[in-house]
Amino acid sequence: MSSNNFLSLFNSSVGKKVIMAVTGLFICVFLIVHVAGNFQLFKADSGLSFNKYAVLMTTNPFIKTISYLLYTFIIVHAIRGIMIEIENRRARPVKYAKYNGNANSKWASRNMGILGTILLVFIVVHMHDFWYNYKFGHTPFTLYKTELATGNLVDVKDMGPDFKMGSKMEEMMAGDYKYVIVKDLYKEVKEEFKRLLWVVFYVVCMGAVSFHLYHGFRSGFQSLGLNSRKYNNVFQTIGTWVFAIIIPLSFAAMPLYFYFNQ
Amino acid sequence: MNITLKVWKQKNNNERGRFETYQVKEVSPDMSFLEMFDVLNEDLITEGKEPIAFDHDCREGICGMCSMYINGRPHGPLQGVTTCQLHMRSFRDGDTIVVEPWRAAAFPVIKDLAVDRSAFDRIMAAGGFVSVNTGNAQDANNILIPKTDADLAFEAAACIGCGACVAACKNSSAMLFVSAKVSQLALLPQGQVERQERVISMVNQMDEEGFGSCTNTGACEAECPKSISVENIARLNREYLSAKITK
Amino acid sequence: MTSSKIDAHIPEGPMAEKWSKYRSTVHLVNPANKRHLEIIVVGSGLAGASAAATLAELGYKVKVFCFQDSARRAHSIAAQGGINAAKNYQNDGDSVYRLFYDTVKGGDYRSREANTHRLAEVSGNIIDQCVAQGVPFAREYGGLLSNRSFGGVLVQRTFYAAGQTGQQLLLGAYSGLMRQVGVGAVKMYARHEMLDIVNIDGKCRGIIARDLITGKLERHFGHAVLLCSGGYGNAYYLSTNAMGSNVTAAWKAHKKGAFFGNPCYTQIHPTCIPVSGDHQSKLTLMSESLRNDGRIWVPKKKEDAEAVRSGKLNPNDIKPEDRDYYLERRYPAYGNLVPRDVASRAAKERCDAGFGVNATGEAVFLDFAYNLRYKYGQMEAIKHGIENPTEQQLFDLGKEVVKEKYGNLFDMYKQITGVDPYHNPMMIYPAVHYTMGGLWVDYNLMTTVPGLYALGEANFSDHGANRLGASALMQGLADGYFVIPYTIGDYLSHEIGTKAISTDHEAFVSAEKDVREKLEKLMNVKGTKSVDHFHKKLGKIMWEKCGMARNATGLKEAITEIQELRKQFWADVRIPGELNDFNPELEKAGRVADFLELGELMCMDALQRNESCGGHFREEYQTEEGEAKRDDENFAFVSAWERTGENQWYMHKEELKFEYIKIAQRSYK
Repeated sequence: MSSNNFLSLFNSSVGKKVIMAVTGLFICVFLIVHVAGNFQLFKADSGLSFNKYAVLMTTNPFIKTISYLLYTFIIVHAIRGIMIEIENRRARPVKYAKYNGNANSKWASRNMGILGTILLVFIVVHMHDFWYNYKFGHTPFTLYKTELATGNLVDVKDMGPDFKMGSKMEEMMAGDYKYVIVKDLYKEVKEEFKRLLWVVFYVVCMGAVSFHLYHGFRSGFQSLGLNSRKYNNVFQTIGTWVFAIIIPLSFAAMPLYFYFNQ
Repeated sequence: MNITLKVWKQKNNNERGRFETYQVKEVSPDMSFLEMFDVLNEDLITEGKEPIAFDHDCREGICGMCSMYINGRPHGPLQGVTTCQLHMRSFRDGDTIVVEPWRAAAFPVIKDLAVDRSAFDRIMAAGGFVSVNTGNAQDANNILIPKTDADLAFEAAACIGCGACVAACKNSSAMLFVSAKVSQLALLPQGQVERQERVISMVNQMDEEGFGSCTNTGACEAECPKSISVENIARLNREYLSAKITK
Repeated sequence: MTSSKIDAHIPEGPMAEKWSKYRSTVHLVNPANKRHLEIIVVGSGLAGASAAATLAELGYKVKVFCFQDSARRAHSIAAQGGINAAKNYQNDGDSVYRLFYDTVKGGDYRSREANTHRLAEVSGNIIDQCVAQGVPFAREYGGLLSNRSFGGVLVQRTFYAAGQTGQQLLLGAYSGLMRQVGVGAVKMYARHEMLDIVNIDGKCRGIIARDLITGKLERHFGHAVLLCSGGYGNAYYLSTNAMGSNVTAAWKAHKKGAFFGNPCYTQIHPTCIPVSGDHQSKLTLMSESLRNDGRIWVPKKKEDAEAVRSGKLNPNDIKPEDRDYYLERRYPAYGNLVPRDVASRAAKERCDAGFGVNATGEAVFLDFAYNLRYKYGQMEAIKHGIENPTEQQLFDLGKEVVKEKYGNLFDMYKQITGVDPYHNPMMIYPAVHYTMGGLWVDYNLMTTVPGLYALGEANFSDHGANRLGASALMQGLADGYFVIPYTIGDYLSHEIGTKAISTDHEAFVSAEKDVREKLEKLMNVKGTKSVDHFHKKLGKIMWEKCGMARNATGLKEAITEIQELRKQFWADVRIPGELNDFNPELEKAGRVADFLELGELMCMDALQRNESCGGHFREEYQTEEGEAKRDDENFAFVSAWERTGENQWYMHKEELKFEYIKIAQRSYK
């Protein structure tokens, strides 16, 4: 009657949504880590902590594994999402002349495709600017000199455009000081957000994140079959407060912070 | 009341449709929406014009036959009622009302506002039943069912199969319809034996019919004349996943 | 005295053993032969869906036809209250005999004992079958099935699923049917209307059906044909039936030799929402249960009634002493809870006397104000320890209780009328609801045409002259699940040698030709008036002269008027659109054409029945107090009408013998 191997699950309309839910919720978890790490940007140490965090994120084998999984999930989420959107549009070849969607559903829930597309563009730009340049581009190195006794940062020195090093970070002790030479992603961030256009782009995209997750987080649970009168409020509260308000606002605060603190 | 109607006219599924505008005069607020169409059709017939084709039967909100998409919403502006239960007092004198058929690839237009919903029957034929031949049943009270389960099953079973969920959904998804039947039978002891096979067969058939997938907008629940909950969709997802994983 | 042309084929033996013995000895068809036997089922309601599913399970090849877009939409779906079964789950002394007795008595001693007893016998199996299918009946907290009581009986034997019992039962039968469709045992033809039967060598061998989407006529062969096409209440235009409910299938069969039984027996339900204007297309039933707490009244003074009608007087302002609680006045013992036919006639009597309370003068009040405040409000006040509650407090407290009990009905009333029944009395009026008459069938449910069967409301049924509440669902499912699967064997066992007849057979060809000509004739009238115009006129004649109360003069007038109207119809009806296309007006026209013939027969039957019984009330035959007067001496028979020519009939009689129940007079004083 029906082909019933496990993989056929993912060809069904229900299975496709399961893929969206699993990948989407994984990305949600990543966002918590990402926003927490990015709070280092606000630390008044000329970017030392942030740069160290960037090194950790790109070198630790465990985190690396997770991050490749994440990239895969983002790609799968995006491609599946686009395919679902196309299929869904095909399911209604003639559109309604008069459509009053607001009477029965939230705007965000009906525009996940558009919001997702905005986010896809954002992720490409964002990855190019920071991830690609950091890994394969010409991110400069900076030397941080810290007094061992007090922990105070006493000197920060740009190593110049020609400086090259085999690793992303080297640490050494010499006398009362600790010297750290590290790839300065912080500087890139700072430079990037001097440009108003870029700031606006980021802030707008964080708006899209907010709407996408306002629906997406709660919806992910529904797609996985997790809907119970007992816990629905918890899912919705987390979805609204954490993912639609706190996280997007925190991310949006970063470009604004740099723009206004030039 | 005087009403301007913009109604979708389409000869059949192969030809293109268009809107036609009609003036309906002296509409009584006590008329049902369909009775207004009766009056209009009566006038059209006497004028020698072709009346508007629309589906309707019981006119008391239970058969699920009526299916008009009114001013951007299935079954019109009220919640929890079918088109036949909508009365003209829900509109104002001078209103312009746009009436369209259910629009979905899986519901081809037959004529004007009448569409073909046989896809629903095929989904039911794929698994929306308990396989019990007549005469095989044990005494009814040998099957004990907790009242809460019976009530939940009943709420799901209240579906009238009108297709408003499909019409309301931006993806023309039939998930609410399918999940209502899957839920009813998954909640009852009688449905356990075929539980996994049922959900897989019904979802397969649903996909074959060309309905879209569920984006959890909740529009179906909001527009369902029987207010069937999207909790049933979550239950279907659960049932389907566990069936696919374990079976 | 029974006509020699009809034989009910009632098995010999004591009543309690007739069915079980017959079932065990009736001829059977070998499973291998069943596969070669084809059965056509027309109609997909409780009777049709259950019969089709069961016959397919047995191995027959089945085709099902319905005019709706899906089998699930048949009008059985609209039944609200419940289904009776002699389960005795409440331990209140119910039994097969008691259900049998109540049904015969409720039918005013005009039903066939053997059929009714069989109905009571299989009633329990129906509940078992439905529960096994997953029908979500109401349950107690312990998980057992819940029951409620219904009009006219003293035990709790009604099984229900909120106010949607018909829906749940039909969906159960539909699921069984769709299962057979899924495995290919049943071929489903939705949006198809049967327009004639085809008889070959004196046996019914198939049908002509019209595909309602394309307008094409189709020929279908069957070794047997089952008509499960429901009742003909829409002869009255306004009724609680669905818009599409019609007599066409039964009527075409009648014209091809099936006798029509008791056409005049019509059930008129007392609590429906009144007509609001000429635009009205259908009437909505308000559950009978409302009469438990609502008091029915009209103003005592005519001038008050007039003032209420014109909107100058608010009924709430009429003092208690100026109200006429006419049911309580006339029937002190039963009060507002008299049976349906009695309550209906009493309302009509008051309205005819000029005391009606809505703009049309055809409505009475069903008022909850008293019980809301002084029954439930008081009780709640005592419960909550409120001493000397104010009127407002009583209202608020009582409203909560009433809402709990009847909330959905009150909402429905408000939705339809725009009036809030918590603050204003409801207005109600009787409406046509069910037809006890139908095609005459024998014990096997076979009509007078061999191989042609009628099940459910389409047959003249087990309900006699009046149907008890919650018995229609029972009968439909009994016929389909538990009677026809056995009794059809009696006929089909002799048909195993009959090869499928080609639909090119001349009988098919000529039947199709006749149907086509009839349709063309309709299309070619090209008159000036719509089908509804004629249907409304017919409805008015029927309602006024063959409705709740009938008399010889009125019935004779009605017959002439219907004949005249029929002529006008065929001279002046206008059907737009095309023959070979989706054309709802043409569908309607065909149905109304049949109602225009049936209406005359209904009046003729009402005219010959010089007595009052059940739903049939002849004004000439009433007691001094205005109660129905039955004539068991002369009218204890089923009238079985044979069509002898164009609108000509001959009445055969099937004598009703009551051997197990003593006939008695009904009294509700």
